[in-house]
Amino acid sequence: MADVILKDIRKSFGRVEVIKGVDITIEDGEFVVFVGPSGCGKSTLLRMIAGLEDITSGTLEIGGSVVNDVQPKERGIAMVFQSYAIFPHMTVRENMAFGLTIAKASKEEKESKVQEAARILQMEDLLDRKPSQLSGGQRQRVAIGRAITRKPSVFLFDEPLSNLDAALRMDMRMEIGRLHEQLAATMIYVTHDQVEAMTLADKIVVLKDGKVMQVGKPMELYHEPANKFVAGFLGAPSMNFLEVDVQELGEGSAVVSNGALEPTTVKTRGRTFTKGGKATMGIRPQYLKLAKAGEGMLHGAVTLTERLGTETVVDVSLLSGGKVIASFDEDLILTAGERLDLTFDADQAHLFHADE
Amino acid sequence: MASKLTRSNGAGWAFALPGFILLFLFIILPFFFAFWFSLTNQRLISPNPTEFVGLSNYENLLGVSILTLEPERDEAGQVVRDADGAISYPRVRTITRNPDFPQYKGMREWFRWQSGENARVVVAKDVVFMKALTNTMLFVLIIVPLQGGGALGLALLINQKLRGINAFRAIYFTPVVISIVVISLLWRFIYDGDDGLLNNVLAALTFGAFEPVDWLGNTDTALGSIIVMSAWQAMGFHMVIWLSGLQTIPATLYEVAAIEGSSSWQTFRYVTWPGLRNTAVLVLIVITMQAFALFAQIDVMTNGGPLDSTQTLVFQAVERGYGKQDISGGSTISVILFFIVLLISLVQRYLTREKR
Repeated sequence: MADVILKDIRKSFGRVEVIKGVDITIEDGEFVVFVGPSGCGKSTLLRMIAGLEDITSGTLEIGGSVVNDVQPKERGIAMVFQSYAIFPHMTVRENMAFGLTIAKASKEEKESKVQEAARILQMEDLLDRKPSQLSGGQRQRVAIGRAITRKPSVFLFDEPLSNLDAALRMDMRMEIGRLHEQLAATMIYVTHDQVEAMTLADKIVVLKDGKVMQVGKPMELYHEPANKFVAGFLGAPSMNFLEVDVQELGEGSAVVSNGALEPTTVKTRGRTFTKGGKATMGIRPQYLKLAKAGEGMLHGAVTLTERLGTETVVDVSLLSGGKVIASFDEDLILTAGERLDLTFDADQAHLFHADE
Repeated sequence: MASKLTRSNGAGWAFALPGFILLFLFIILPFFFAFWFSLTNQRLISPNPTEFVGLSNYENLLGVSILTLEPERDEAGQVVRDADGAISYPRVRTITRNPDFPQYKGMREWFRWQSGENARVVVAKDVVFMKALTNTMLFVLIIVPLQGGGALGLALLINQKLRGINAFRAIYFTPVVISIVVISLLWRFIYDGDDGLLNNVLAALTFGAFEPVDWLGNTDTALGSIIVMSAWQAMGFHMVIWLSGLQTIPATLYEVAAIEGSSSWQTFRYVTWPGLRNTAVLVLIVITMQAFALFAQIDVMTNGGPLDSTQTLVFQAVERGYGKQDISGGSTISVILFFIVLLISLVQRYLTREKR
């Protein structure tokens, strides 16, 4: 068990800096998810923690000691890869015992640790199979089993579910969550899938272009995004952004409007705006409701509907130009071109600087 | 849309026909001719009609017996010794030319060993063929591990990301693209007994203490010299095959090994070598087959000498067929070689089969 502390971590490949000063503190036993679009440096960051990439500058502490120049095996970590990285010529048992084989452990030790890992992962009956006889999910379980037998203090997961199909992904996601409760080890998990991030994490780190955008609990990030990027990245469909004019400024709030939006009072959440200036208002599709006659706050017309049974996702083109997506939690039949008046709880709206 | 030409079976056959005719005329037909000729007394140019002789060609090549020679004794029954104290034996020809022993007729001594006071002499109908057979076997036995192992070593060296690595790849591959005849001529200078490069280098390295050796003119060193030179020549070719095998091994497997703290040797044993299985089978079979076909080096460098110490099967086949115009003898050697290579390939395939 160990905490992981990153202080001003930087990484350059040649002249290109890909990690631009990252500070993250990960508590012992915490499940932390690094999330971000591809190319944001999240995998590189994980590989630096693993010791597979050198750290250009900054310090990395695991369990209280600086490990910048410590070999991967001395760091007390185990890693699970997107491509499983299990050995095709070895049986499941041999794969799971690989680390112990390398460490020249005794046969009895290997057998007992493999049995324990197999029990945890419920795959005792698969131990004598070759990887080619396993499904994708089972292969990834073997890789996780190999990590468990090491008894690491920190588990590193590099997009472990990205190669699995949707149904299996959900099963494995729950299994990894269960595993975290069972082992109570520190886990660092990299993904580009925000659902995995939201469901698994104690703490989410949102990364963009090698920088930390926001760190916090999933619901904090969802409800109180620090910036427009985080607001847009978490949640599906993603948050709608409207260009608005600031008409009035109040105590912790501002009145904004545009050609399609009636004047609305939105909390500024610590940001400062200038009267008469521009701003960006964000509102999640799920908070948009159909308005009763005469109560509409946002005016537009239907361009496209996607009926998902219990949910209807509607593309709305606004009168002022631009568009929003609305997600209604009922099955609605709307025709393209139909005029649509929407309303929303202004407390759920966010106001960002126009240039953010 | 596929054109009529590519969809039509007839057109395909028509295009394949010229190549097929050539293959048939120069590979398939001679293959069956060789079987037929080996059962006749066919000569290259002869006024006499060809006769069917059954298996006598094979008997003439493969006939081997062991003679036991008792020491010569004087009237007192004492063993006769020569001036050096060596026991005198009757000459082998007293038996092989004795009409009382028709089964040994025409045989000559191949080699002998001492058994108590008696000498055991292995006599063969065709000593030169036997030497060619053993030399070829020896050549194959040594060159397979030497060339295969050396090529793997080179492949591991050039599979690194180093500046200028392509220059090394090119250099190691150069001998492959140079004609074996040219290389054989060059190495004749290297191996030259009077003023050869090798002798000069060795003399320089030992400050003149090294006694010059006539590498190709000495029965002890001639075959070894040809083995070394042959191994060097084709190493680059197999290096490329190994390299392609190395590059199919996923990098993540090496990362797993690194995380587990695997040593270089363990990484090779558990990751690299199992990943090269199929490549190894290919390299093994290709080197074996090429080695059995050893001819050009012998023809250019030693002509089978000195004292038949570098005779090989293919060289003998050519020598007999065209040198001595004995087509049936050459064909018989070819057929024997075919069965040897076939047998060895089958054994290799069996030993290296995928174990389930």
